[in-house]
Amino acid sequence: MLIAPQLSYSLLAPILIVLGGALLGVLVEAVMKKGSRAAIQTAIALGTLVLSFAFLWKIHGQSSKTAAVNSVSIDGVGIFLQGTILILSFIAVLFIADTDNFAAQASAVPGSEDERASVLAGKQQTEIFPLTLFAVSGMLLFPIASDLITLFVALEVLSLPLYLMAGLSRRRRLLSQEAALKYFLLGAFSSAFFLFGAAFLYGYSGSMSLDGIASAISANSSNDVFLLIGIAFLSVGLLFKIGAVPFHSWTPDVYQGAPTPITGFMAACTKIAAMGATLRIFYVAFGQAEWQWKPIILVIAILTMVVGGIAAIAQRDVKRMLAFSSIAHAGFLLAAVLALNTDGLKGALFYLATYGFTTLGAFGIITLVRDSSGEVTDLNRWVGLGKKSPLAASIFTLFLLSFAGIPLTSGFIAKFSLFTGAYESGNTVVVVVGVLTSAITAFFYLRVVVMLFFTDPKNDSVSVVIPSFMTRAAIAVCALVTIVLGVAPSLLLDTAQTFATFIR
Amino acid sequence: MSQLSIVTVLELVPLAGVIGLFLLPKGSTKLIKQFAIGVSVVDLAISILMALRFNRGVAAMQFVESRNWISSFGIKYAVGIDGIALVLILMTTVLVPIVLLAGWKESENGRWSPRVYYALILVLEAMMVGVFAATDVFLFYVIFEAMLIPVYFLIGGYGRGERAQAAMKFLLYSLAGGLLMLAAVIGTYVIATNQIGSTFDVTALSGLHIDSATENMLFLGFFIAFAIKAPLWPLHTWLPTAAKSATPATSVLLLGVLDKVGTYGMIRFCITLFPHAAHTFTPAIIVLSLISILYGAFLAIGQKDINGLIAFTSISHFGFITLGIFAMTSQGLTGASLYMVNHGFSTAALFLVAGWMASRRGSTKIEDFGGLQRVTPVMAWTFFIAGMSALALPGLSSFVSEFLVLVGTFTRYPIAAIIGTTGIVLAALYVLITVQRSLHGPTTPGNESLTDLNLREKIAIAPVIAILVIFGFFPKPITDVLNPASHEVMTHAGSVDPLPKAGK
Repeated sequence: MLIAPQLSYSLLAPILIVLGGALLGVLVEAVMKKGSRAAIQTAIALGTLVLSFAFLWKIHGQSSKTAAVNSVSIDGVGIFLQGTILILSFIAVLFIADTDNFAAQASAVPGSEDERASVLAGKQQTEIFPLTLFAVSGMLLFPIASDLITLFVALEVLSLPLYLMAGLSRRRRLLSQEAALKYFLLGAFSSAFFLFGAAFLYGYSGSMSLDGIASAISANSSNDVFLLIGIAFLSVGLLFKIGAVPFHSWTPDVYQGAPTPITGFMAACTKIAAMGATLRIFYVAFGQAEWQWKPIILVIAILTMVVGGIAAIAQRDVKRMLAFSSIAHAGFLLAAVLALNTDGLKGALFYLATYGFTTLGAFGIITLVRDSSGEVTDLNRWVGLGKKSPLAASIFTLFLLSFAGIPLTSGFIAKFSLFTGAYESGNTVVVVVGVLTSAITAFFYLRVVVMLFFTDPKNDSVSVVIPSFMTRAAIAVCALVTIVLGVAPSLLLDTAQTFATFIR
Repeated sequence: MSQLSIVTVLELVPLAGVIGLFLLPKGSTKLIKQFAIGVSVVDLAISILMALRFNRGVAAMQFVESRNWISSFGIKYAVGIDGIALVLILMTTVLVPIVLLAGWKESENGRWSPRVYYALILVLEAMMVGVFAATDVFLFYVIFEAMLIPVYFLIGGYGRGERAQAAMKFLLYSLAGGLLMLAAVIGTYVIATNQIGSTFDVTALSGLHIDSATENMLFLGFFIAFAIKAPLWPLHTWLPTAAKSATPATSVLLLGVLDKVGTYGMIRFCITLFPHAAHTFTPAIIVLSLISILYGAFLAIGQKDINGLIAFTSISHFGFITLGIFAMTSQGLTGASLYMVNHGFSTAALFLVAGWMASRRGSTKIEDFGGLQRVTPVMAWTFFIAGMSALALPGLSSFVSEFLVLVGTFTRYPIAAIIGTTGIVLAALYVLITVQRSLHGPTTPGNESLTDLNLREKIAIAPVIAILVIFGFFPKPITDVLNPASHEVMTHAGSVDPLPKAGK
């Protein structure tokens, strides 16, 4: 006889609500008229996220290992990251709601008569909203999943919609489709690696759960080779998602090709979910085996920072530049994995949240810089934008300064708290390389500032369009958070401290 | 403890002034200028009030204020001043209204409106006061780094020639140093957390027990940042480019005040926090100081550009200041602190008069001037006095400080003092050659119709000349304030002044 598993629905409600909202969105696509879909979908997506956050709020402070048998762990880190993902997704949806960024009809061949007709007919691809919600549900599950199978399912649930969404750009569609295909193929590869690693870890420990692996490691019972292979392959899958060197090569292409609001969404939320899962796996499952993996993760962290920082200097496209900058930031975040202590965890939580806001805001500004044929991402054409639209240029500068970690922005406090955790654990090398790389990254961020403000505008049709109310509100929130958490970081830092615990 | 300190008022007044600036009606450039100067004069008045209330006999910090800022790291908004900080703050508040008055038209040829220029200067003033008054290492670091941003925009937005590049070079050099210091700040904090709990209070941190290898590394982290700021050979290359591109007013604030943060930081942090390491590195630093003195002087002799000349003389003078600090005698330290103030005023005089000469002649080349004595006697005489102050002529204030530095050095490092003395000879050379070429001799064609200083310029330069002369004959008010603080610093560093030996 099959016994139905015990589920505590209140703890799982945030995920279930988002899944429900996504299904509702699919239904709307099926039954509603084309003209009214966009507005309804936006409302459903935003409403779903708010509702989910409300239910998450109810369970904050709780922890449980048995919410869904043994496959998820509700704890401080999980709830903090889920909350962050929900808030950032809300902002991302505000950007996505500006449907001018998405293909009129994704199935039309780029440049074809079919495409032109669909644009003229005013068609819109509103499936983007339910796809976003599906991705969000995967992201909510990924950082709390506590066995390898659930982790894999969550990874796929969050990835598959993103592969599709990356290909939906309205302009430069070939580039977008190429990005989607690249992302899909490499993503499939990394999933395979992840699964392969999971199999070896099962072979080593006889358990799929993170706790089971941890206790097998402390018992030091069986074949170490299996453990090493398992850790290595599992890490490849994870490092691919967070964009660490040498598994980063998809990042610039996908960031550049994907519709900009989607790029922002991926850069902020995917990174949080993947980093959350990585932290959980390394802290909970592999914590005892630190001598086996620390040296190699150290090398990867340093490589990621340095390669990201140096490659970004050569970029002429603002989206590619931010892609490499996100690689460098992934390197900084790996310092938290190496730290293996509460302060490192606290630093990582704060870093992820503030970095998410800054990233979304920066990509939000990029969606506004356009000429007659759409978005302009070539940096050489951004020159003198400070003169044409001082406000947008100033806000973008604020985000860049925060990325660079200049004091009085949230990015500085984030770096400080992250590096403090790493230093405490004795990883001085990673801190020193981190600060030196920060100096390198400052160079290319500031070069953009020079272009914006210190160069005379060319006689060019590039301008900043007047944003819709939702876009304006979203950018304002991101800018505000970046400043407020730079001046009064205690507002979030104290919360991060309380939430910085894993249930084991 | 939490009462409002007069130091905080000194910081808040310019910030309130910035808000006021943006409330003024548009298009009234004159009103903006008058308002900004008014604000800086009010700040000057408050600082004089503070100086009068300052208790000269006390070595401890006065006017202290301490509030929690980021409690999870034990970071406080903590300010307080001793004698050294007091004279540097006074120098700041005196110089700001002077440079605003002197550079009346500087704001009009910039990339942005005069309003922005004055806002940047006032923000900078608040930060300069804050950086000298901070007794919390983290607060100091935040202001130290954040200060770069207004200067960056002042050079890049209102400067001359290759201003964008000069601003970039300045910022990158400073950031690189600052980030190394961040690593050292983190290191110090982690050690403090392990020994006495989370704190950044400079007095508490000075009581830490650090093993000598770590102490040396941390010392270097701080020292390199400060050596870039107060340019010490070989980290000086950003200074001449910045000085050639910045406006006279910005140059005065940059070389006169901001670079003093470097030498001040060496006293307040390098020596106080890491006394043993300071002793270890003293020989190396003294050698670097001597190289700076001679190198700066030799390059000054060869300069064709008048701003370049002032920049290289400053490098030579900063060599003297560093020499005085690391002679590790209270006499040398008092001399160095006094030197900071005197260098501030004599550089101000040089830059301002050179700026007026340049704007009248339309050139900054020394060879383009000549015979100014006959055409513009007042301008020529003020430049002459400023030059005499730069070569430390007895009777002008620089002489007292240079003498104290050399005497203080001689008691411990006689050979270094003797080599340093040759710097005085070279100073005579570079000043007198410049004076002869630009002021005396036949009037160079093209200079016949230059106008002499107008009333506004005379009012601006008069107090500077007066200060140079008055404190040249009667330095006691300043040395009285400095002496207790110098003794305190040296006592803490465990350095006893050597007794004078009787000659035979």
